[in-house]
Amino acid sequence: MDFSFLHKYYGFFVEGTYVTLYLSFFGVALGVVLGVLLALLKLSKNILLKSFASAYIEIVRGTPLLVQLYIIYYGFPRLVGMDFEDITLGIIAISLNSAAYVGEIIRAGIQSIDKGQMEAARSLGMSQRMAMINIIIPQAFKNILPALGNEFIVLIKESAIVSVVGIHDLMYNADTVRGNTYLPFEPLIVAAVIYFVITFILSKLLGLLERRLRAGDSSI
Amino acid sequence: MIQVSKLQKQFGKTKVLKGVEANIQQGEVVVVIGPSGSGKSTFLRCLNLLEEPSGGEIIFEGNSITDKKNNINKLREKMGMVFQQFNLFPHMTVLENVTLAPIKVKKMSKVEAEEVAFGLLKRIGLEEKAQAYPNQLSGGQKQRIAIARALAMSPDVMLFDEPTSALDPEMVGEVLDVMKKLASEGMTMVVVTHEMGFAREVGDRVLFMDDGIIVEEGSPEEVFSNPQNSRTQDFLGKVLRC
Repeated sequence: MDFSFLHKYYGFFVEGTYVTLYLSFFGVALGVVLGVLLALLKLSKNILLKSFASAYIEIVRGTPLLVQLYIIYYGFPRLVGMDFEDITLGIIAISLNSAAYVGEIIRAGIQSIDKGQMEAARSLGMSQRMAMINIIIPQAFKNILPALGNEFIVLIKESAIVSVVGIHDLMYNADTVRGNTYLPFEPLIVAAVIYFVITFILSKLLGLLERRLRAGDSSI
Repeated sequence: MIQVSKLQKQFGKTKVLKGVEANIQQGEVVVVIGPSGSGKSTFLRCLNLLEEPSGGEIIFEGNSITDKKNNINKLREKMGMVFQQFNLFPHMTVLENVTLAPIKVKKMSKVEAEEVAFGLLKRIGLEEKAQAYPNQLSGGQKQRIAIARALAMSPDVMLFDEPTSALDPEMVGEVLDVMKKLASEGMTMVVVTHEMGFAREVGDRVLFMDDGIIVEEGSPEEVFSNPQNSRTQDFLGKVLRC
């Protein structure tokens, strides 16, 4: 194997990595915000809001991300009558997709908390909202952290799909290097290593956070 | 203080409460006994609207608690509740458990709330556990903390839902002692329990419930020594045999 091309092309990988991180970060952030919203809609007593959230989640989970990406990429600007940067459309597609998964994770997390917790909070005079914020969500968050972390890792990897619409992420740039160097194989190895390093670091960081949150659980 | 009239509750098709009439006076310790499934816990949980009654009325300090116009959160501040399963907040220390509601709901300052909390923890003898997490405590300690947490809101009435039923036998005493002390200080209490000894010793009045209604009520002396209703006789015969 010949990696000497790196000397000349490493800039492609650096820039691609930057775009991938940028895309994933905003995709995750927006996805979590929308996911919390979806979870709350799904847990609400309003049938209309509830069915909207359920339908959204089912549709997103039941269609390929690639199809969703194309729909957003070609359809969204036409729908709102505005032009967007490619990367913005990529972020929108990724976050709309991850919102459905994150929403389900959060809903399950909230429902996993014993209902006595809500009752105790309410019996002390707390409003539903106050109890959610102070009692339910902090406990739920701890429980869902592993699942949420897993979703983030999946999302970083899946973000490679945006290369098909020409967003210059890590995958796209690796392809470019393949084309320029006539090396079919080696640039892919470099990309794979970079993806792995990113997800591995994230996974370790999440593990650390998880352990810290478990501090209160130590029993005698 | 609390007037209950024609209280009904059904879950789906099952009628759990079929017209409960009760009147709880200020400073009174009312003990609710009865076989399981008789609706005692449901009755208690209706008093602070953890269960929404299907019919009837509950008046607390002159306000109908089922009236949507009344702010239930405000009324609940005045009604402390202690649960069978403690329901302490596991992600908070004991001190945080006790101070959370005074700070968030009553807008008390942190310093003031902690002062109140330490006073209460001292009363139940668990001052040194202030920084512990609930998982590090025994069942009896947890339940005493749960009582302190409810008292921190300085309620007018305390509701106890089988407070000793989830405890190991050797821990029942310490919880009952705290409750006895509370009763002797004049706290209005409604206690659902299987502890007949406690009912007899501390109760001012005993309500015997069966099949969704209050079948018999009276002083502990009357109910335990001379039950009038055959269902009360039957129940007491079973539980007092030992």
